[in-house]
Amino acid sequence: MASLPYLLHLADNALILGHRNSEWCGHGPVLEQDIAITNISLDLIGQARNLYQLAAPLAGPEATEDSLAFLRDGREFRNCLLVELPKGNWAVTVLRQFFFSNYQSLLYGQLQQSSSAALAAVAEKAAKEVAYHLRWSSEWVIRLGDGTEESHEKISEALTALWPYTGELFTPAAYEDIKSIGFALEELRTSWLQTTAEVLQEATLEMPPTGWSQQGGKEGIHTEHLGFLLAEMQFLQRAYPQAQW
Amino acid sequence: MVTDTTIETKKAWKVLDEVMDPEVPVISVTDLGIIRELHFENDTVFVTVTPTYTGCPATEVINMLIRAALLEAGFAHVHIEQVLSPAWTTDWMSERGKQRLEAYGIAAPLPRQQVCHPQRFALEEAIRCPHCHSYHTRRISEFGSTACKALYQCLDCQEPFDYFKCH
Repeated sequence: MASLPYLLHLADNALILGHRNSEWCGHGPVLEQDIAITNISLDLIGQARNLYQLAAPLAGPEATEDSLAFLRDGREFRNCLLVELPKGNWAVTVLRQFFFSNYQSLLYGQLQQSSSAALAAVAEKAAKEVAYHLRWSSEWVIRLGDGTEESHEKISEALTALWPYTGELFTPAAYEDIKSIGFALEELRTSWLQTTAEVLQEATLEMPPTGWSQQGGKEGIHTEHLGFLLAEMQFLQRAYPQAQW
Repeated sequence: MVTDTTIETKKAWKVLDEVMDPEVPVISVTDLGIIRELHFENDTVFVTVTPTYTGCPATEVINMLIRAALLEAGFAHVHIEQVLSPAWTTDWMSERGKQRLEAYGIAAPLPRQQVCHPQRFALEEAIRCPHCHSYHTRRISEFGSTACKALYQCLDCQEPFDYFKCH
């Protein structure tokens, strides 16, 4: 049985990145890619819903998928810092998506073997979609890195800015120990680094060294960006409780 | 009263044959392959539905349409359950469904999954233009107007079209 904090961590990662990507809606660099990134948003928000539905019964009699998404404060969110960072320019968005999809693809591979059948089913369903996200984002990293001088410069800057946030993905929180989740989170990092190295090499980008990393999100200690995101995302339910379409 | 559940079950399936996907209104929920199970317990019909994509916004509307159609057909109680596993695949789409998609101007999923893997810059699938039937087409984007479709263009008749991508 998956624990409440772990389910919330998985759901929050998906919801917050889904929300960040949705900020591109109507602002994408070209129409087709605007549609692509918002489709990815939709998939992520769908994953979040499925995971919050699993979490809700463990969170108390009043909890619902909506209350978990819209009525918790920043300190109660357990997403990694990577997903809450501002969407930045297109290079930042696609590189972050690549880092995250690469991680999620490995993670959902493991979770399909989860002892919780319900969680395994969510992972099985989502894994097929994540394969699309991973391919799409890898291709964009390569296009920008191996593209023009300007695109190369922008994605190099994005790499420098985002890299310190990737370590947290593989640093287990207290609720992510091997006994609780069924696999060693740190061990996914080897495959992650391998795929990352392949893509960065094809993109003519230099792989930064692994070392110190930013962290805290998994335990509820966030960057200043999360509060602004929640203020916008939760406004309607906070101002008009129980509002429905 | 004893109800003949075989006849009732057949009748319920027939009702669902007429419930159309709200986003692709030529294909029914049965042709899509998202109705995984249907059975009766006393006077309640239990329907098991699986979503096409995790975030498909049509899922709730589809459940509402299924419920409304069954109630309208005279079934007293309807219970809808969602299952995620096994995950839906376009392999479950019926031949009739594929023909209807083509007639509507949406290229049907290929019988065999070709690109559902993360390999980069994979060879594009040869998708037939639903308008002029040419295979001389190109992919514009692998994400289309709904989660289940990709955008293509025919290089012969120049028409853009949706492809119901294999999944």
